[in-house]
Amino acid sequence: MVTYIVRRLFTAVLILLGASFLVYQLTALSGDPLADLRTSNQPNKEELIQQRIELLDLNVPAPIRYFHWLGGAAKCLVPFAGQCDLGFSITGQPVTEALGRAMGMTILLVSAAAILAVLIGVSLGIVTALRQYSTLDYGVTFMAFLFFSLPVFWVAVLLKEYVAIGFNNFLREPQIPLSSIIIISVVSAAIWFICARGTVPVRLKAAGVGFVLAGGVLWLLSATSWLSSPGLGLPVIAVTGAGIAFGATLLTAGLKNRRALYSSLTMVAVGIVVYFPIQPLLAQATGLMVFLLAVATILVGLGVGYVMGGYDRRQNMSAAVITSFLTAGLVLLDRYMQAWPAYFNNDRVNGRPIATIGAETPNLEGDFWVHGLDTFTHLLLPTIALLLISLASYSRYSRSSMLEIMNMDYIRTARAKGLGERTVVMRHAFRNALIPIATIVAYDIGGLIGGAVITERVFAFAGMGQLFIQALEHVDPNPVMGVFLVTGILALVFNLIADLVYSALDPRVRVKA
Amino acid sequence: MTTTSTISTKPAVPEEKAGLSQGQIVRKRFMGNTAALISLALFLLILVLAYSAGGFFGLPGWWKYTYNEVNDLANGGEPTLQLFPFSLGDHPFGQDRLGRDTFAQTMRGVQISVAVMFIIGIVGGAIGVVVGAVSGFFRGRIEAVLMRLTDVVIVIPLIILAAVLGQLAARWIPAGIQPYFLGLFVGLVAWTGLARLVRAEFLSLREREFVDAARIAGASNARIIFKHILPNAVGVIIVSVTLSMSAAILLETSLSYIGMGVKAPDVSLGSLISQNQEAFSTRPWLFWWPGLFIVAICLCINFIGDGLRDAFDPRQKKFNVRKAGAAAAPDGGQRAADYRTKKASDG
Repeated sequence: MVTYIVRRLFTAVLILLGASFLVYQLTALSGDPLADLRTSNQPNKEELIQQRIELLDLNVPAPIRYFHWLGGAAKCLVPFAGQCDLGFSITGQPVTEALGRAMGMTILLVSAAAILAVLIGVSLGIVTALRQYSTLDYGVTFMAFLFFSLPVFWVAVLLKEYVAIGFNNFLREPQIPLSSIIIISVVSAAIWFICARGTVPVRLKAAGVGFVLAGGVLWLLSATSWLSSPGLGLPVIAVTGAGIAFGATLLTAGLKNRRALYSSLTMVAVGIVVYFPIQPLLAQATGLMVFLLAVATILVGLGVGYVMGGYDRRQNMSAAVITSFLTAGLVLLDRYMQAWPAYFNNDRVNGRPIATIGAETPNLEGDFWVHGLDTFTHLLLPTIALLLISLASYSRYSRSSMLEIMNMDYIRTARAKGLGERTVVMRHAFRNALIPIATIVAYDIGGLIGGAVITERVFAFAGMGQLFIQALEHVDPNPVMGVFLVTGILALVFNLIADLVYSALDPRVRVKA
Repeated sequence: MTTTSTISTKPAVPEEKAGLSQGQIVRKRFMGNTAALISLALFLLILVLAYSAGGFFGLPGWWKYTYNEVNDLANGGEPTLQLFPFSLGDHPFGQDRLGRDTFAQTMRGVQISVAVMFIIGIVGGAIGVVVGAVSGFFRGRIEAVLMRLTDVVIVIPLIILAAVLGQLAARWIPAGIQPYFLGLFVGLVAWTGLARLVRAEFLSLREREFVDAARIAGASNARIIFKHILPNAVGVIIVSVTLSMSAAILLETSLSYIGMGVKAPDVSLGSLISQNQEAFSTRPWLFWWPGLFIVAICLCINFIGDGLRDAFDPRQKKFNVRKAGAAAAPDGGQRAADYRTKKASDG
């Protein structure tokens, strides 16, 4: 095992050296770094050109310059020495600095989209696999292919036009017209009909429920002008929390496991009880505090599940943790909603909350919650754009993986020995279907930090992709090399991790020692 | 690609009943797939429309305007296409700010984008098959070298190569044929996924009994590769190349969008969107038509590829679904490879 890892790392270093040499030469070949100065008509043009030649060592041929660069980059291997030297960009900024900032922005951009894509994509894939050849399956398959085929920049422009600008215009006078309510309700009815299972009358009834539910909620939102001053309030949190408790128990332990159900419900009750006492504390929240509260929520959930006892404490504990985490999420969401009017009427935002470019409103003043909302409104569109595209591949991949597992002999055995369908699906099939997905996710994380070049460009997001592409446009090798180094190392390391994870999860796969 | 199409019609081991060749079985299954057939028809329709309207190889098309001809702005450039009653009007897709006909431009964009897509698919497919087959069949030192080379190419970002090659192309190659060279250059680096896939396929096939039998009978390496192994791997190859083409068209449009692909005066679907995105609020048709054609072409190819996958998949036979389910690896690898090509196109 250790020999295997060492050998893989050694080849990775060689690959990286070869590839980085090529990338440096290619970047240097791709154009003239002095082009913008040559055509400029500034009086001190010659001086500027001399300055840049000195800064970037342009008198040295590129193959030799590469080794200068490599010497600086090698210092990064010394941990905590702070001697990392990746050179300067064309404007004289140290690359390490620019790289750090860009990486932060990219992580901010991609993390929400990545987590949501995995969660939604995998659940869609599992559900469609369990109901193969149903209308739902065909519908989701078609949508997946459609999302596969969308150019991200095209989607982005449409999102900007219809989601951002359209929704902002709508928020000026947030009254939903009756015709829209009816159309949305019909769509909702259709979705309920497709998702429902059973005979046509049953599905029609479900469609009716969907119609009434969507129509009622929309009418209520419109009538109470909820969209101008949103909030959940205690009753909604209680009802949704109870729903979450039942759902979480159903998935983890089954409703027959009363102890798990009671632990989940206890967690909802705890959430409701602390709702009012915690508000003054949340009023002066910081990021650290929210993080600590989340940790506390998980610990309390674990504790309650453990105290509830029974023959299988693990099930109680997981049901309670999921419920408590989601209920706490509701409380948090409620707090964000309370801050909405303050954000909406802020004179920097000026009643047009959904942003189309950038990562934050410049010079925005406000507390933790207002800044949180600001980040949310800026991340909304790029996250949707990224989500749609990666969602499709995850759902297809997990569907085929789940289909394969459901045809295995041990699934038939599990059914034959009398296990319930929930246990068969959740414990026998689902876990094994996740193994190949885990490796895909590992590959993905490696690629994600490199940034989504196109998405960042469309939304003017100053992340890794933007840094890379702008440097390339200016024939500026050092930032290009910086980004390449980060993405290359991550790609190789996560490749290795993916292989190791696969062999750890699936005992049939052995790594060659 | 050229070898694969002839081989797939060769009589192989009969699978379902005597007398049907592998090619016939595949064709029959594919013909039974409605979605794939509709997609194929739609794709051919788009091709015929684009090439006949715009003309090609110097032949004039039936459409009255060419893509770079500046006309008078009629009616503010609004599209004149009407569905009820159906009439094309003078400029069915509208005109841009300078008065160029959007229909002619879009058709030209389809021609270029599809041509680039095929070039990427064919060049990348050929290199991928050769690299994968050689390293999978001969193994040893050759495999080690080729696979490390593959790793190096994977790690180098495609955009850098496209930028450099684009610069060189701009310097040495005349404007009209630059897009084809873009396709060629991208194809030269977009073969890594297929190479890994074909290698895995060859690694498992070369250990099978029929290869041993052929070798004992005195068959040469070339004969074993072309007559025994390649026909068995052809399904994986065709499906993967088809699906990589849908990724290729998105890649080309993305590169053109960031200004590193097809450049003016040439047009592709991506460069049209890129030129016109600022005009979305005033002239949305400039933006809608090229985008819709990208989505339509890409969707068709994805459905065709999926249909081919089902047609080539021996596990489609209903009676031994469970037994065959145990041999999970090839399909999983296939999916992973598709997935990576897809990712690459997002950048």
